[in-house]
Formats: sequence, C-alpha cells, structure tokens
Amino acid sequence: MSDIPYKDKGSILRPFKSLQFFARPAVTQPLEPRPASDNYRGFHVNDWKKCIGCSTCQKVCDNAAITMVRVPGLPEDPVKGIRNERPAIDYGRCCWCGLCVDICPTGSISLTTEYVHTCREDELDSYFVLPDPNGIHGEHFPKGWDKTADADLVDLERQPMGELPGEERIDSFDEIVEGYTEQQAIVEASRCVQCGMCHDACPTHMHAPEYIRAIWEGDVEEAVRQMYRTNPFSHVCGRVCTHRCESACSIGRRGEPVAIRWLKRYAMDAVPDLRIREIAAEGKVDYISGRRIAIVGAGPAGLTAAYDLIRKGHKVTVFEALDKPGGMTRYGIPEYRLPYDRLDADVAVITSLGVQIQYNTRVGRDVTMDELRRDHDAVLIAIGLQLGRSTRIPGSDHPQVRRAVDLLRMITRGESFEVPERAVVIGGGNVAMDIARSLARLQKQQFGKVQITVCALEDFEHFLADPEEVTEAREEGIEILDSRGPKEVVIEDGRLTGLKTLGVISIFDEQGRFAPRYDQQDEQFHPGDMVIESIGQMSDVSLLGEELTERLEWNRGRLKVDEDGHSSEPWLWAAGDMVFGPDVVHAVADGHRVAASMERYLAELDSEKQDDGRTS
Amino acid sequence: MRPENYQARSQPPSNEFELNFGPNHPGIEGNYAFRVKLNGDQVLEARADAGYLHRGFEKLMEGRLWIQNIALVPRICVPDPVPMEVCYSLAIEEIGGLEVPERAKWIRVMQLEMSRLAAHLFAFGGHAATTGMYTTMFWGVADRDLILDRFEELTGGRVYSIYNIPGGVRRDVPEGFLDRLSSLLDYLESRLPDYDNLFFTNQVFVKRARGVGAMTQEQALKWGVTGPNLRATGLEFDVRRDDPYLVYDQLDFEIPTESGGDALARNLVRRAELKQSIRILRQVIERLPSIEGPIRCPIPNPLAWNVPAGEAYTRVESSKGELAYYVVSTGGDKPYRVHVRGPSSMHAVQVLEKLALGARLEDIAQIMFSLDACPPEVDR
Repeated sequence: MSDIPYKDKGSILRPFKSLQFFARPAVTQPLEPRPASDNYRGFHVNDWKKCIGCSTCQKVCDNAAITMVRVPGLPEDPVKGIRNERPAIDYGRCCWCGLCVDICPTGSISLTTEYVHTCREDELDSYFVLPDPNGIHGEHFPKGWDKTADADLVDLERQPMGELPGEERIDSFDEIVEGYTEQQAIVEASRCVQCGMCHDACPTHMHAPEYIRAIWEGDVEEAVRQMYRTNPFSHVCGRVCTHRCESACSIGRRGEPVAIRWLKRYAMDAVPDLRIREIAAEGKVDYISGRRIAIVGAGPAGLTAAYDLIRKGHKVTVFEALDKPGGMTRYGIPEYRLPYDRLDADVAVITSLGVQIQYNTRVGRDVTMDELRRDHDAVLIAIGLQLGRSTRIPGSDHPQVRRAVDLLRMITRGESFEVPERAVVIGGGNVAMDIARSLARLQKQQFGKVQITVCALEDFEHFLADPEEVTEAREEGIEILDSRGPKEVVIEDGRLTGLKTLGVISIFDEQGRFAPRYDQQDEQFHPGDMVIESIGQMSDVSLLGEELTERLEWNRGRLKVDEDGHSSEPWLWAAGDMVFGPDVVHAVADGHRVAASMERYLAELDSEKQDDGRTS
Repeated sequence: MRPENYQARSQPPSNEFELNFGPNHPGIEGNYAFRVKLNGDQVLEARADAGYLHRGFEKLMEGRLWIQNIALVPRICVPDPVPMEVCYSLAIEEIGGLEVPERAKWIRVMQLEMSRLAAHLFAFGGHAATTGMYTTMFWGVADRDLILDRFEELTGGRVYSIYNIPGGVRRDVPEGFLDRLSSLLDYLESRLPDYDNLFFTNQVFVKRARGVGAMTQEQALKWGVTGPNLRATGLEFDVRRDDPYLVYDQLDFEIPTESGGDALARNLVRRAELKQSIRILRQVIERLPSIEGPIRCPIPNPLAWNVPAGEAYTRVESSKGELAYYVVSTGGDKPYRVHVRGPSSMHAVQVLEKLALGARLEDIAQIMFSLDACPPEVDR
C-alpha cells in the first residue's frame, strides 16, 4: 500500500546521499524577530474611551483572569451607563482565548500582535496588567484579534414588538403594543449580559438583571417577585416607563438595547393577578404597629409609599379627590398606552395588603389638613401637578384655548366636550403627543379624518417627546412642526380661528435660563378651532390651608423638602411630581424614599415612648 | 536506625529487578510512568502508571458555560488539539440542532487535516529520537512549525487554536491564506523523499522497528485499538469514510493500510497519511473559494445559552485514532456531563502493557511512540 521506494536491504552507498544537502540552504530559521500574524491573540489593549466598565468580559472569562478595577478620574455616570471600572488581566490565568473580545458589548477590548513578556522574579506583579490603549509595554503594537461582525457574540437585534398599524389603531383607544409571546420573551431575555447598568440607571433601582434572568429561566413568578422588591407599579412601568434602563443598557452601545420594559410587561401579564397579590404580600410583617398614616393623593408616589408602610404594619389611609386611583397615570396617560384595567390591577395589589383609599375626598374641602394631622402620626402629600400652565400669549384667555391636562382628564372620565375639527397643540413633550393623539382618535371617530398640528419649541434634535411617540403620532396623521414659538391666538369676531407662530432662534440665554428668542420674519399661521396648551403643569397646593402654607418653607412656589421629602414640619412629607419630577418611575422611587424617612421618624417616636416609659 | 540494630535482609538470588520508567524520561511522551519488571533487559511485567497529567477536565467542564469549554478542550491533547474542538462543537450542534454553514464545514476540514499533518510530523519525529536519529526529530519539529505559522494566521493561536465554536468557526479565512497554505503543501510534499531517505527507508530504523510491538488485527480489535495503529494491522477503517462527518463524503482520499501490525507498519501508515492529508487539503483549497456564506450560524448570547436537554455521541478521526465526545445536557447553561473517549487511553494503558511483554527495555520507548499515545489525553 505504501508508496515509499522501500527496500528490505540497505545499500552501502546510501549514507552518501546526504552529501546532496551540502548544496541546500539550512533548515534552521533565522533568529530575527518577525511580526505576528494579523489575527494573533497577544496581550490585551482596551480603548478606555469606548469601555464602559460593564464587566461582561469578566463574566465570559473562563479562567477568572479578569478583575474589574476602579480607576479614579475616569467618568462615571449611571444614567448614561458608564462606570469608572476597567478590566485588569491576570496573565498568570489568561489563556488568550479571546472570548472577552468577541463578547465585549462596546468593542473596546482587543488583543495585539505582541508576542513576548518576561520579567525578573521581583517583578512578578507585572503579570497583572490593567490594559490601556498603549498595550502591556506601551509599545503600541498593532491590533491582532479584534471584533469582527461575523464573530460578534453579542446579539444586537431586538425581538420585534407587534403593534397595531397606524390606520387601524387611530379608530379606537385600544392598546397599540401587543406584548411579547413566551418564546419572544425568552429569546429577548437571553440577550442580556447581566451587567447591571439598568439597575444603576433606574431611579428606583429595579432588579432588572435578576428579573430578566428569571424570565429567561422561564420562572415568571420569580421575575414578578424581583420586580416587587422595588416597584409596586410594574404593570404601569411595563407599559409607559421612560425606561432609563434601556438608555443605559450596554447592548445598546452598538445595537438595540434589551427590551427591558416589554419584558417587565410580559412577566406581569404572564402571572395571574391573584398570584401577584400573594407574591407582593411576601415579607409583610404580621403585627400591627399601631401607627396611623395619612396620604393625600392616590398616584404612584402616594401609593408606593402606602405599599411600603402597610408592609411595615402601619395603618395607611389614602385620600383621593377623584373617584378612581392612579392620579396622572390614569388621567394623564391615554388608554391606548396604558389600559385602565392594568392600572387597576397594580392598585388592587396595594389595596389587597390593607391600604384604605377614600375616594371623592378632597383634602381642604371634605377634610382639613388639621384633621389629618390630629388623627394620624404622619402625613404625606403626593398630589402631583394637576394644573396646566398657560403660555399667556395674546388671546390665550379665550374659552377655546384649553390645557392638555384638563382635556386628558375629561377624556378619561368620559366627560363630553366639543371635539374641534382642526386643532393646534402648543408643546413638544410626551403630554403634547398624548393630547394630540387622543384628539386624533376622537376626530377620526367624529369627522373621519385627522387635522392636528403640533408646534414644538425645540428642534427635532433636542425633542422632548420620545422618538417612538413622534413616529407613531406621524403614522396617525398628525403634523408635527419643530422650532415654532407661539405668538398669538387669532380671534375673529369672538371666534378662534388659529394660532400664529414664529421661528425659534434659541431657547435658552447664555446663563442657561429659559428665554426663547424668535425670528420675527418667520411667521406662520396654523388654522384651528381649538388651541391646546401643553407646556407644563403645576401643583395645586390650596389644600394646605393658609396657616400651614404660612408656616411651611417654600422654594420658588414649590414646597421645600429635604432629600427624603421631609418638609419643615416634622409630621409632614411630600413626594412625587409636586416636588420631584418628572415621570412614573421617579414617583415610585420618591415614594420609597419618603416611606423610609417616615418609617425612621415613626421608629424614633417609638423609642422616645419607650424611654419615657423607663424614666417614669 | 542505629548501626547495631541493622541486619541485612536476605533475599533469594534472582536476575529480576524492577525499574521505574518515567514519569520524567526522554523515552516517554509527556509525563507518564511505566513500572517494569525486568530479567536482564527483557520485560517480564509492565504496569502503566498514569495520572501525572490529570487536571480533571471532564469535571471542570461541568462547571463552565458551554462556550467557555472551547478554551479548555484543546488542552486535552497538545499535539493534536483541533479534533478536540471540532468534536466538542459537533456534539453541541447535534444536541442543539444547530445548522453549521457549509463554509464553516470546509474550514473545519482544512484545520483538521493541517492538524493531522502537524501531529504526524511530531509523532514520527519523536519515534526517530527514540532510535537516536535526532535529525528527523528536528526536521519534523521545524516543518511542523511552518504549519503552526499557518494556524497562527488562520486562528490567532499557534498551538491552541480555540477557533471552533458550536455553530461554526470564529473568523473567516484571511486573504491570501489559501495561497500560502498551498505553497506550504508544495514544500511539505517536496520534503517527503527526504524523510523517506532519512527515516522511513533507513535501515537503522527499519531493523529496529520491524517486529517490535506487533499485534494482530484480532488483538487490536479486542483491545480497542483505533486509527493508524488499527490500520497498521490491515483493517481499512477510518471514521472519516465509514461514518463521515463535516464534508468528508465529498472528498476524494484513500485509507492507507499496512499488514505488519508492528512499530514499522504503524509509522509507514502515518507516512502514507501525510500524503493523503496533503491531497485532501489541495481539494479544500480548490473548493473553499467557491463556497460562500456565513462562517457561523446564529447562536444565543453565550452567557444565557441553554442547550436543550439531550445527549450526543460524536466521533472524529484524530491523528491518534477515534476521538469521541459523549455530552449530556439537562437543558442548563452548562454541560451536565462530558466524557472524552480519547484513543490514547487504550493505546497507552492496556495495549502498551501487553505489547511491552517480552520486549527489550530499549524498545519500550519505541513502542510507545509508535502507538502515538498522548499522556495528557489519557489522564485528561
């Protein structure tokens, strides 16, 4: 079989064959150093400007060679998703597999073409290296093993979310977003690298890595348990949260961030309401403290505080002026974004723990602050921002100039008003989008077509509303204009005919104060039967009463509170939008903070009482 | 012991003595020991003493993510690491139902044959050294280094390529790589006559190796012998052809056999396989440019990758024989159990113990190298 010219017997002449090698070049390789191949996996380099300290390299390292080290002086910003930690490599453990490079969400880390590192015995520490862009010996070797598109181990694409198409959803207030299926949720959850940037960025520090992991493991109840550690408004936040978590997500550095908000929504919808109540009740103390707490306003801040305090065994009563709970989440957010039954489910969890809500009870009218103080150990006001601000431009006192919050409240409560055939909205925030899109649905139902113009002060680069809100509003036929400042409401014979706007040159002055400058030449007229102002809200603090208002400290019209929401009166706290904006998840975070402060106050009262008992 | 208490122990007169061969011995591959009982220089009894290189790989793998093990498996067999990566990946692909792209399959075959060439050059180089012919070893190692250069270019690593992952390979073939590989093959082919003159037809080797460590085909099958060692007894069995994986069924190559079953026959089979591997590589070089497409199928984020519950037994033909992985998944992010069926554990323990009987002391090293047993793979 073998094709070797094989002879059984040797020849005496065969050794002379080796003479031919005298004419050949030597096999020995020259000892000059040669460059490594372009793909070589040598020592690490790390672009510190790109690196965000997410520690994913550390998680994938199969030899535990990577330690995250704090580097003082580097930027650190939880909201942007940047930590001042950088990976340090222990070359006593590293095996140069390069998995850290392939999985790096930012693409900052790579391996160089550098071959050699040696050291004396007293320099053994030099095997522990904090890679920077210059390489282990600062010699700027070219990159070897680097991130390539076809070897990337990060899943950059998000699972698509089903939505009602624009022409279909405009007919009704049905929820637009369909939600994930179980399979989609598990796949989406599997994209997470558990870096915890979301946890740091979230105002209430939700345990997102934990609940995403639980969803991936198929344990939705555990996911809900993790959510209730920090957020009793998970149904609401799963739909309308401003999702700072996703802005900070490390996967979002090069791709689409993990759909943390939709995953939360999926887990909450996947667990039956009754089971959620059982999970939320876990850890509630089984004694009654005897302390009584009054909370004014059944919005997210007030109810979150109520949730925390009832779990500590206090008696909590919430006073709500309207007939339904939720505050701005109900009366400010349209139903197509947040169905009311999901909000009701969140509130039902809180009331199932024993929180009493007294509806149709306006503090200041049906019950006074003095009475609240007399009957309770501590009082929290969390009344939100219920009054819309006015532009105060000429003509803005016309009855057909309305405030967005008033209209949204009327739509939710089913109160009738004359729907304008053409409407102009002033403002560029999410509330402006909410009212424009709600009116668009009513116009479609009544007139069969949508005629709404939104005039925003900001340009599209600095727009306040979420990009998806803008996209969806446009899909629904709403015209959105940027850099338009309101000049005057045009009224002819007592009838409102439209709005004049001017082009915006700048919004803030050199000191960064709000002082818009307009181009007087660039004037436009937007016809309409109604002008809606959506430029911000303020709080209605008349409930406090004159005497208390006098005693409290104020800061530019806002109630002055310390960082825990404690006012200058020892028994009074304030929370939520009225002191600290601007959205649901901030209100939830604020509710927790204030509840903790109230809890400390009550504990002090208890210990004083015990001390008194001992001395007497 | 106090001198006054010392009493010489009387022993019956005997020509027999025990010798510890290894674990650090130039005639042993890696760290491996052999305890032999000798009568003069004839082996009366031989006991293999493995375990010096035991690192607990199979257990380690149970504690690591599926993807982390790709950095671990090549270390099981240092001279021939690529089949380890490929076989492990094949098992996960089978359990997980991953469709490996065609291009990745061809690249894998290319690596496997490059690795076989490198391993064989190393193996008979080693064998030559045991018969005192160090030139062959130097040549073998120097030529193997040229293959490692190509590995460095393709995979980023010279010895441990860590290049195959479940689903495909990690990088595409660099530009111009196939041309450089092609000229390397030309060079290696031109070297074969030199190797023949220097070693394979050299009477120093032929006379030393003939009849040493011989086994029959029947014995070989009974003892679990595979690979070139089995083919040296005349049985034409090769996993590449009898249970084809990747794209071996599309390739044209022969299965060399010999009939002697001894150390000489085993080396001649390896020598003939060099030529076949070069032949396969030339076909890959010709076909690969026309096969376009991805080099890896999409895989989940490795940190959250549950391979579905199931088990797989996958086998490949490594340079040393039949290499197989038995992998069990219970649906978790780590393997439940991985068993490596390495060819060397049979060759270095049960076969070597038997073949050494009656041999002379100086042939033990020759027999071990002719079996191409790899102690790190025995111990794992």
